[in-house]
Amino acid sequence: MKPPKTISSAMQELTFTRRATVIGGLQIGVGVLLASRMAYISVAENERYKLLSESNRVNLTLVPPRRGWLIDRSGKPIANNKTDFRIDIIPDRLRDKEKTVATLANLLSLDPEELERINRELEQAGSFQPVQVATGLDSEQYAAVSVRLPDLPGVSPRQGFSRNYPSGPAIGHLVGYVGIASAEDYKENPDPILITPGYKIGKDGLEKMFEDHLQGKPGAKRVEVTARGKIVRELNTRPDVPGKPLQLTLDIDLQEYAARRLGPESGSVVVIDCLTGDILTMTSMPSFDPNSFSDGIGVTEYGMLRDDDHVPLLDKSLKSLFPPGSTVKPMVGLSFLEAGLDPDETVNCNGGLQVGNRRFRCWKRSGHGRVDMAKGIYQSCDVYFYYFAQKIGINPIALMANRLGLGQKYPLPVASQFYGTVPDPAWLRKKHKREWQAYDTVNTTIGQGYMLVNPTQLAVMASRIATGKNIVPRLIMDEKKPAIPTLNLDPEHLLYVQKAMSDVVNGPGTAGRARLPLDDVKMAGKTGTAQVVNLDFGRGGRDVAWKYRDHGLFVCFAPYDNPRYAAAVVIEHGGGSGAAYPVARDVLTFLYDRQKAMDVLTGMEKSWGGTIQERMDRKMEAYRARKALEKAMADNPAAAASTDAAASDSETGSGSGE
Amino acid sequence: MSDFIPAPIAQLPWKTIFLLFVLASFGFIVLYSAAGGSLTPWAGLHMVRFTLFAGMAIVLSRFRESFWKAMAFPIYIVVVLMLVGVELIGAVGGGSQRWLNLGFIRLQPSELMKVAIILAVARFYDLLPPAQIRTWGAIWPLFALLALPCALILMQPDLGTTITVVTGALTIAFLAGLPLRLFIGGAAAVAVLAPLAYFFALEDYQQRRVTTFLNPENDPLGSGYHISQSKIAIGSGGLFGKGFLNGTQSHLDYLPEGHTDFVFATMAEEWGLMGGIVVLFCFFLLFRWGLGVAMKAKTRFSQLTAAGMTVTIFFYVAINLMMVMGLAPVVGIPLPFMSHGGSSMMTIMICVGILMSIERNPGKSGNAFG
Repeated sequence: MKPPKTISSAMQELTFTRRATVIGGLQIGVGVLLASRMAYISVAENERYKLLSESNRVNLTLVPPRRGWLIDRSGKPIANNKTDFRIDIIPDRLRDKEKTVATLANLLSLDPEELERINRELEQAGSFQPVQVATGLDSEQYAAVSVRLPDLPGVSPRQGFSRNYPSGPAIGHLVGYVGIASAEDYKENPDPILITPGYKIGKDGLEKMFEDHLQGKPGAKRVEVTARGKIVRELNTRPDVPGKPLQLTLDIDLQEYAARRLGPESGSVVVIDCLTGDILTMTSMPSFDPNSFSDGIGVTEYGMLRDDDHVPLLDKSLKSLFPPGSTVKPMVGLSFLEAGLDPDETVNCNGGLQVGNRRFRCWKRSGHGRVDMAKGIYQSCDVYFYYFAQKIGINPIALMANRLGLGQKYPLPVASQFYGTVPDPAWLRKKHKREWQAYDTVNTTIGQGYMLVNPTQLAVMASRIATGKNIVPRLIMDEKKPAIPTLNLDPEHLLYVQKAMSDVVNGPGTAGRARLPLDDVKMAGKTGTAQVVNLDFGRGGRDVAWKYRDHGLFVCFAPYDNPRYAAAVVIEHGGGSGAAYPVARDVLTFLYDRQKAMDVLTGMEKSWGGTIQERMDRKMEAYRARKALEKAMADNPAAAASTDAAASDSETGSGSGE
Repeated sequence: MSDFIPAPIAQLPWKTIFLLFVLASFGFIVLYSAAGGSLTPWAGLHMVRFTLFAGMAIVLSRFRESFWKAMAFPIYIVVVLMLVGVELIGAVGGGSQRWLNLGFIRLQPSELMKVAIILAVARFYDLLPPAQIRTWGAIWPLFALLALPCALILMQPDLGTTITVVTGALTIAFLAGLPLRLFIGGAAAVAVLAPLAYFFALEDYQQRRVTTFLNPENDPLGSGYHISQSKIAIGSGGLFGKGFLNGTQSHLDYLPEGHTDFVFATMAEEWGLMGGIVVLFCFFLLFRWGLGVAMKAKTRFSQLTAAGMTVTIFFYVAINLMMVMGLAPVVGIPLPFMSHGGSSMMTIMICVGILMSIERNPGKSGNAFG
């Protein structure tokens, strides 16, 4: 078979040897290449790969710091932290989204609405942002998820702290709430703590304004982990530094009482300490529960808050503007006195006054007869003010309004406050391009027309009239007591007006029912009823639709002879001042005799259908039922007719107490 | 030789066996560590297999060249039939299958094809009259021999093995003396056709491996993960490594396939560059021996066969190491003597056995025990 040894066979031998040598050479070349490549990776780039290997091996877990507490003036917690088992999802570590979410839903028995929220947030969240699945779990649920971790990549169970607001809705507007940092926050400041599950930042209110103060420093935990995220051992831990507490001037008990006392009404109560300007309460109701917001609010609950015509999402104490109505009359009186008007000068009130070509009515159609300044205030006679305001002119009135705090912005730690309008000719020219007319003066003098204030301004006005000092409201407790400068008002003028205000309550005035049920404390005040629309069919009392009803207002201070507390109560569409001054009475009573005030409230809450929380829960149920029904009707219009009756049943059954 | 050692044993190629033993033992040590300091599931079995297959290689080394010559084509045909068989079982069972279960081992016929193709092609050029080596008649049978096995293996689909088979065959053709311009032209053609093949012939997962190889950081959690983690393991090992049983990449499961295809990275993490140099040096000695056997062989068939076997083993080593160091895409080719896996060790030991057999019988001598 073998070919004979020919020349060509010998040549083949030669070729083979030559080419085999080439192959040997190539092999050596590859060997050298591999050796140098390996040397390059392991020696030249050693540092880099060592780091990468370490960052593989060691998982640095940031521990969110405990937020600083918010406490009230006596040290009671307004916002604190409660220990909490929580589960989050880190989207970019997820393998199978549907399966993971379904497993969690099963383990934690999440309801469909929660699932909807989680799925929505998973869609929206950046890949690195944690999405909260559940908080406040019990240790069994927590353990159930923890043991299944190897099958649930991207799921992060943690034991941490969550924000807790013991007073709930009563404090919502003021403290705001906390929440997970948004994608924008992280873009602005790519600190890994921002995307650590369980880490929340202040989103609104004081929580937001004092973020740096409350935040604290995160701790860190170094653990050795496998590629599948299983923790092999803990290496070391650095504890977190909790945020600093922040003491507010509020009296949280009073705040809660005021919130509850407002009941089903939409309104605001502001109480100021006349010695310091401390805001003791700044309530706006209805409100939202900051606990819900901080836990990630559900669609339904948010929808309910958004759709409510009582606007629970709006802080009415600083951001709702109302015509102050007759509550400005003591202020206007002061301006008259300063302009030199003799308070004993009178005018005859026969129920109205002709100004130009229009007759301006007094609220009392039958008239007050002879009216001096005191009567003008305690009987709230409009004609007295129509008449003398035209004589004195608008400028002294506007000036006094500003001095007493109306139209002013206060140095409060809030994101925004609406400071309203104190109209004067200059303002009118600038804003409405027309000259000031007599009827503008007449409107302004009874707190109507262009005049707009917020409830906090009314309380400040009351405190300044009570003390004659330039009281500036404050929310944050400070060690040093602020020195309060005087307003340079004539003490006699003040005494006169204060007496007239006392007579409103304790004398022949408009708010006799506002008298404090206390033997030794007398309250001075002033009622106000602000018209919302010009109703042809009479005043906006309780017999018209809610949104057309008059606002009820009341400003007051107590004790009358040695003022300590000043307050303002505004009931939006309350139908008149009668809705406001009983609230003021009970709130001030609470400051002196808590039990007495509570007894009154307990009876009322029974008739309203329970505490704030109970009423909110019921409202939520009704809202959810209505939404479900609407959805069902949209899906199946044929069934609509038959279920209509059920819908109205459930609404009346909700018993919101209105 | 001393009298008390029987001649057949004294005559065994001890140097080679020792070299292989060193490599396999190092593999054993690495696999022991990869299992977290345990003989199971890999290290023990690895040594058992090595011993069995080394025994098999020694048995194979007793066969003469004439046996391999005579069996070259029959073996080729049998392995092609086995490949067809695997396809049929796959088609019947639904889903692709690469192995035949023989009970004690899952036999991959495609592995055996690496050996069979070398025997067949070497036999073909042995039969070809020298005068015809520069004719068409020297070329088409080569492709005929390659066509069916390559088609069958590609259907599995197993690109790595296909490339190994083709490379083995082409190496023999090159050594047999086919005109050089064919290889230069062929290389040029591959350069042109490779992009086309990438887009039209490769499976999705294979395409991804290629793009990933070109830019592993693009896909750090997908298929780039293998290469990135392997480089981290090798790079973090440094000069002397993290020490036996101290590798974190492998022990914490960051390095995938740390006991099979990426066993070298597992080794490098714990033994560093020094360990790598030792492994490379051992392989260098092995290939020097293999090419030496080829050079010393006296017959054309044994020359070509020995060189082909050497290149096949070399190809395993080169592709595997280039892969773990990020110089080649991830193709499933294990590292001989170190990776855990029966089929490939069997193939390599057959190669070694045939090389030993050629070393014993460089040709012309008629004595089996010469």
